[in-house]
Amino acid sequence: MSHAGALLLGAVAYDPKVVAIWDGFREYFAERGLDFDYVLYSNYERQVASHLAGHIHVAWNSPLAWLQTEAAAAKLGRRAEAICMRDTDRDLRSVILVQQGSPIHEVGELAGMRVGVGAKDSPQGYLLPLDLLAQSGLNVGRDLSVVPFDVLLGKHGDHIGGERLAVEALTRGEVDAACILDGNYLAFAQAGLLPSGSARVLARTALYDHCNFTVLDDAPAEQVARFRELLLEMSYADPKIRPLLDMEGLKQWLPGRTEGYLPLAAAVERFGALQPFLAELGL
Amino acid sequence: MTEVDLADLRFEEGAHLLLARALGRVAVGEEIAVRGRTPDLDIHLRAWARAEGHGFGLLDGGAGFALRRGPAQSARWQGAEQAGRPDPALPGAVVNQPPSHWGLAARGATVEAGALDFRFTLAGKSQLWADEAARLYAQAVASQWNPHTAVDWNASFELPEEVEDAVVQLMTYLIENETAALVVPSRFVAQMHPHFREVLQLLAIQAADEARHIEVFTRRATLKRDRLGLSTVGGQASLKTLVDEPDFAVASFLLSVMGEGTFLTLLRFLERHAPDPVTRAVTALAAADEARHVAFGVAHLRESALADPFLLERLAASVHRRHEALRHTAGLNQEVRDALVLLAAGGWEHKQLRLGSLRVAQLLADMDVGRRNLLRRLGFDDERAAALSGLHTRNFM
Ligand SMILES: [Fe+2]
Ligand SMILES: [Fe+2]
Repeated sequence: MSHAGALLLGAVAYDPKVVAIWDGFREYFAERGLDFDYVLYSNYERQVASHLAGHIHVAWNSPLAWLQTEAAAAKLGRRAEAICMRDTDRDLRSVILVQQGSPIHEVGELAGMRVGVGAKDSPQGYLLPLDLLAQSGLNVGRDLSVVPFDVLLGKHGDHIGGERLAVEALTRGEVDAACILDGNYLAFAQAGLLPSGSARVLARTALYDHCNFTVLDDAPAEQVARFRELLLEMSYADPKIRPLLDMEGLKQWLPGRTEGYLPLAAAVERFGALQPFLAELGL
Repeated sequence: MTEVDLADLRFEEGAHLLLARALGRVAVGEEIAVRGRTPDLDIHLRAWARAEGHGFGLLDGGAGFALRRGPAQSARWQGAEQAGRPDPALPGAVVNQPPSHWGLAARGATVEAGALDFRFTLAGKSQLWADEAARLYAQAVASQWNPHTAVDWNASFELPEEVEDAVVQLMTYLIENETAALVVPSRFVAQMHPHFREVLQLLAIQAADEARHIEVFTRRATLKRDRLGLSTVGGQASLKTLVDEPDFAVASFLLSVMGEGTFLTLLRFLERHAPDPVTRAVTALAAADEARHVAFGVAHLRESALADPFLLERLAASVHRRHEALRHTAGLNQEVRDALVLLAAGGWEHKQLRLGSLRVAQLLADMDVGRRNLLRRLGFDDERAAALSGLHTRNFM
């Protein structure tokens, strides 16, 4: 097997299943004549830096990693492109939950209250919901007591541990509100972590998009095109592929789009969330 | 358009069941309308639809929501297979070589494509199957007895010291052999394709039978004593050849036909000459079970022999091989043989001992006749049956 010509993808190892997923996809691509391999990073910042340094051709990026890549590329006079995403990456929403009997009925009433949030670098569990509060006139740093449930920093909230802890704290009354992804709200309710009717949605963010496959302008165009084409062809009816799609949490790959990152772009702008990373890169 | 009114039913209260049902009744790409009064319904609906691969939208004029059926649910069952049928009597119900990816699926289930391969080394119908397995299993279930109540453990009796010793020695020997009879089929059960459900069930209940035999023999042995009798090198050497046998057909032949066939005669002998009511009861109970174990061994080997013309030769060779392997071992231990004579004698008078010895000689002859009958039922001719029976282990099992 020649390794020199392989299309190389970077992904973050937020869970051991990531190895099974990419080993499976690697086989799928190989069977269709695409020489493909992958590298795992322990955090998105290393992956983005590595991508910019040319170590990998494609990055499976969180929405924050996409913005980091896009911003760094712009400063370097380069261009980043989101080529593909999961069906489940489109039109997500975060919600701010309070207990059903809570006296809080408007976002402004959260002033002086404890708000449980996910990992500090989590778009869904931290950046987007806190931006929502800021839009409502609250000064996040001054008016709120933000209670972070940081689990696996560097994973950009891919691991739902932080959101789970925030919800548990809400049910125990240790926080007055908790910020989570809509899908996790449903999952926690169905799993009984949130007993039926015990919580209500105080506020909801705008719809936003999640992960994408990112390439930079020096990526090998033909291989990238083939990679994207083969992703879009993956069928949930294929018994070899279906378990991989189930693990990765999608039914179908869709073309990439970037308008869904505007809400997060506004949030990172407000909180200055990109600057430390760009500074670390010397940009 | 199909309409689902969830009213005040929450998502976590089962609303998704109504949605899945309604979507299952329209074609892929078609829409259903959803209404409901619960707070946050749209949030849950959107998240659920996204995870399930359905489209989500708003109906005009705030009239509710639209869900568009996605292809994932039906795609999952493309290429699924029907794993035979539950009733073994129906044509095609039990297939000859069930695929390893059917795994643990119930026979008759629809198996999703792409399941992982299980390693069942015994997966050929001709190796395992007997049409009688279901009937024997049902019979075994109906004949289960409770060791606690099936035997009157409080029956009062007092035996002379030496006779009690003889009973304890025999029980010690029986327990050792019952343990082999439990271990051997259990090992094969774990290697069998569960498609042959009735065979698995039968062997499982057979192992449970042996567990009860071990229990009642142990209880009889310890009724008056706190120590058991002797276990010999020769006896264990004989049983070890059974436990070590890797081939299912050979193992079940040596165990169920030759071994348990011989044991059946032995247990009936002990029942007849038992010096006390408890010994009589436990050997009678065990004998009834052993008859079933022998019946299945004969039934499936006879069917296998019809499918495999070389099987009988392999079985015959196994008897020779085992005979060679055990040639220099002592076989049945002298203490067991003496105990049998003493029980059959019923006392120490010359006349009684002479009668006991005659009865044990007759027992050996009866065992030989029993084995020859079983061998003939497998398809061996008289001469072959006589020769093979004569080579059987002197340990009986
Ligand atoms: Fe037994
Ligand atoms: Fe038995």
